[in-house]
Amino acid sequence: MSVLRPLDQLPSLNTAAVLLVGAEDALLQQLAESMIKEDCPSELKVHLANSLPLPSSGNRPRIDLIVFVINLHSKYSLQNVEKSLHHVDATFFLGKVVFLTTGAGREHHCSVHLSTVERLARTYRSPLLFCDLEKEAFRAAMVQRLVRLLLVCAGHVPGVSALNLLSLLCSSDSPTPEDL
Amino acid sequence: MDSYDTSASTPGQSTSLKLKYYTATATPLQKQLESARKHTLPVLTPHRRKIPQENIDPEEAAFLLHKQWTLYSVTPLYKFSYTNLKEYSRLLSAFIAAEKQKGLAVEVGEDFNFKVIFSTLLGIKGTQRDPVAFLVQILSKSQLPSENRDDKVLWTGWFCCVFGDSLLESVSEDFTCLPLFLANGAESNTAIIGTWFQKTFDCSFSPLAISAFNLSWMAAMWTACKMDHYVASVEFLWSVPCSPQSLDISYAIHPEDAKALWDSVHKTPGEVTQEEVDLFMDCLYSHFHRHFKIHLSATRLIRVSTSVASAHTDGKVKILCHKYLIGVLTYLTELAIFQIE
Repeated sequence: MSVLRPLDQLPSLNTAAVLLVGAEDALLQQLAESMIKEDCPSELKVHLANSLPLPSSGNRPRIDLIVFVINLHSKYSLQNVEKSLHHVDATFFLGKVVFLTTGAGREHHCSVHLSTVERLARTYRSPLLFCDLEKEAFRAAMVQRLVRLLLVCAGHVPGVSALNLLSLLCSSDSPTPEDL
Repeated sequence: MDSYDTSASTPGQSTSLKLKYYTATATPLQKQLESARKHTLPVLTPHRRKIPQENIDPEEAAFLLHKQWTLYSVTPLYKFSYTNLKEYSRLLSAFIAAEKQKGLAVEVGEDFNFKVIFSTLLGIKGTQRDPVAFLVQILSKSQLPSENRDDKVLWTGWFCCVFGDSLLESVSEDFTCLPLFLANGAESNTAIIGTWFQKTFDCSFSPLAISAFNLSWMAAMWTACKMDHYVASVEFLWSVPCSPQSLDISYAIHPEDAKALWDSVHKTPGEVTQEEVDLFMDCLYSHFHRHFKIHLSATRLIRVSTSVASAHTDGKVKILCHKYLIGVLTYLTELAIFQIE
């Protein structure tokens, strides 16, 4: 199973699964722990991966949302995400992929320019979130948001689907990828 | 998704701030509109740069080279006049004396055991529109009244603006734009002199750190420079983010090898592009990975040194080659302007 597809498995009852992909082990671990602690009506499953493709093992739940974590302080983390993106099926980009960027606060540590990440997110037509994951308070707020997104993507919020999330991307004064 | 909203609203906010500022300083309406329009575009750093090369008087440049300068960005100076440099010398020396005596009254014009000299650096500019750079020096007066006494330089600092067009356009006439300030000497002196400038010309100093992203630009641009003879190898220093002790990796390359590598990735003559910089660094990374199985791209670049100049992420630079002095200053001016905007 080299390419990850969103709907190739049946959903488990009342379960929402998120896949966090990033080269920063420690940050991913912390994020996952806070997500599991988050109070939520559905059962949450958090999977971590350094990169894609995932090893082909049978007992994995259906992935409802993929979060790519990019650390601006490390070019490797960006390149790693860029490579992993090749192993994601196009239908995932209909609202089930989020880019999460950390480290923008300490600008003089940055190896990756902000515009590079913005362009990446725009190319894949997916939302780009910013959060300094090293700060407890910021992380907590981000976790609430991710869990909410996950519930929408898993279909646990009546009346809203993952596709609706994409409509938040549209804005009149943002340049289209063709302009860049 | 919400972050998308904020990124879209930020340029709008800065426009309203700028507009307010322009109305306060009452520049012509046309200019206001122009600058407002200019600032509505999202601020992105340019993805291609030229390396200007100008021959300035080697003697004038000589004492600016081979010294370690600490970088600061400075907002435009209000009512600064090049005709008052003598007066400024007197006022600043009185201020320094007063600061050193911690509050004891000092008469302006009194004789101190040091003197302050303001002088202009005529050659340090990119275009005719750039304001003239100027130098501030503190010299200690030797007590011996001998004939060939030498005044010892205690502290040196200079303000300059090289190809600072983007800033010059948006500032009114009462201001002198010299966004880049370089200091060499005791930090306590820099602090005192900074305070005096802030009080006298209503400006603000802030240390100019250089990000790893900008350091890789410097590495590429300085490797690209043609040199008659190389005085130093191309050297990089990476810091590995690990606790409790930090680990540094140093990587030195023969300058001609580095130049050969650059020539192989470089396509557009006279220009350096973002893609070329990325490719150049990626080549170095993959070479290192092949030998040592370490991903340098996961570490942070903290220092670059070449035959042209060297720079540290803390905002310390040393310029070695007078031929490319203007080129180095152009990029540093750009970074300083980016910081104050």
